[in-house]
Amino acid sequence: MNTQNKINSQLIKTAQIALFLVERVKGIEPSSSGWKPDIIAAILHPLSVVGVPGFEPGLNPPKGLVLPLHHTPYKHFRLKILTVCFRLVNEYGKIKNLMNLIKRIFSELNIVEQCKKYNLSLWQCPQFLFLVMGAIIVISSLFTYAFGTRYIEDPLIVAFIIQLLALILFVIAVIITRSFERLAEANRLKSEFVSIVSHQLRSPLSNLKWTIELLMSGKLGKIEEKQVEYFKIIKENSNRMHELVADLLTVSRIETAKLPFKKQLFSMEELVKKIINEYKPLANAYNVEVIFKNQKQLPNVFSDPSRIELVVENLLDNAIRYVTDKGKVEIELSKKNNHVRFSIKDNGVGIPQQDKKYIFQKFFRSENVLKKQTKGSGLGLYISKAIVERAKGKIGFDSEERKGSTFWFMVPIK
Amino acid sequence: METILFIEDESSLQKTVGETLTQEGYKVIPALDGEIGLKLAKEKKPDLILLDLILPKTHGFEVLKKIKEDADIKNIPVIVLTNVEGMEEIDKAIELGATTYLVKAQYSLKELIEKIKKVLE
Repeated sequence: MNTQNKINSQLIKTAQIALFLVERVKGIEPSSSGWKPDIIAAILHPLSVVGVPGFEPGLNPPKGLVLPLHHTPYKHFRLKILTVCFRLVNEYGKIKNLMNLIKRIFSELNIVEQCKKYNLSLWQCPQFLFLVMGAIIVISSLFTYAFGTRYIEDPLIVAFIIQLLALILFVIAVIITRSFERLAEANRLKSEFVSIVSHQLRSPLSNLKWTIELLMSGKLGKIEEKQVEYFKIIKENSNRMHELVADLLTVSRIETAKLPFKKQLFSMEELVKKIINEYKPLANAYNVEVIFKNQKQLPNVFSDPSRIELVVENLLDNAIRYVTDKGKVEIELSKKNNHVRFSIKDNGVGIPQQDKKYIFQKFFRSENVLKKQTKGSGLGLYISKAIVERAKGKIGFDSEERKGSTFWFMVPIK
Repeated sequence: METILFIEDESSLQKTVGETLTQEGYKVIPALDGEIGLKLAKEKKPDLILLDLILPKTHGFEVLKKIKEDADIKNIPVIVLTNVEGMEEIDKAIELGATTYLVKAQYSLKELIEKIKKVLE
């Protein structure tokens, strides 16, 4: 083996070790870098090393990096190689991040997928049409400028081209507006459908509820104890359907902006006390202690008491139902600037980190909640948020899985 | 015995509510559409009218309007008993002269009977 080959062989070996160490330091799996020994060899050839752009001979390898082959005749080269390796891997990491970012941007801009979501063809999809319009504006501006300045002397022709382009853009804008109308119409139809179905369901459900009540009253004849048990099951399920239909109707009214909201001055303290009293049987059934802390001399709030009542009920119902053993729920009212702040803390199942961003979404139910408690529509928090926002207030929460949650909302005094 | 005219197109509801009211000691006259309801109101002059809104032939509001326009029967209290829950409908019913407006889904049978008794007092 001649001297040059020896150097090359040592270089490849050193480079591989260095690359391995550098990648380890950077937390990248050695095999995932894609740098094959032959490529490294090519790059790290003594002549190439000198020619690598951005290479700074004085740059030292990262701290803590153990050089396994010190005291060799090629120490000088190895230091250079390690430095280059480090830089390459570093650059590669940056490129990889950049590629991921570009991929993400493209996936966000994946117009075909987004249009599929709306069930619209590409030429009816606003996102796609906006992109087309943007492209036309950019290309036509550049083209008109280049063409107009080089080949056309008559300003009338330039004006004509501009008018023509403006017309094309106008037509696209009209199509975009139409497609937005279609989307809005689809949304309206969906809300109307929910509303009609809910209304239609209400009548048979009312009838069912009253018939069960009549049967259970014993006025039509004595019923056996065993039968009462089963009537109770029917009654409970009928009530659940009632609640679900009522929630769906509220959602439909929120979405069609038809939720009646009659503002008046009322005491949050009285409202909360009344609701806690109503929820005593449920709290007892779940072995939950409900504690109410109240700041003295709280001002009245100006809002719709029946809607705010629904928010408090939803939050209290959740707090009670999702507790673990020996539940404790603490409700607190306080004044904060021009608002009265309601907060409710429980020691329940909490919300998993990955579910937090979905918690106020329609029909969303956390997996840990589904395991514990199968009842519920996933509409309560969505409705609560919509009501609080309608009341020009704020709503939020803090939560830790298996430790509990604190939900809060604020209602304006004026 | 006090008489209640129950204008409701759902026969099953007629049966349940009718039976309960009968058990409570009232005489119930059933009407399955708005037209018959209005005719029976004029003929029988009941003590109370329970009126649904979505009715075949004549809409509940039309029935209510005609009852309140007829000098012979305009003083009969009318309870609107429906599942239509809009603020507009509630306001319109009260404006037309309904004594009260009850949403079926919000009341138990017992609560409904209590409301009826209260109006008849």
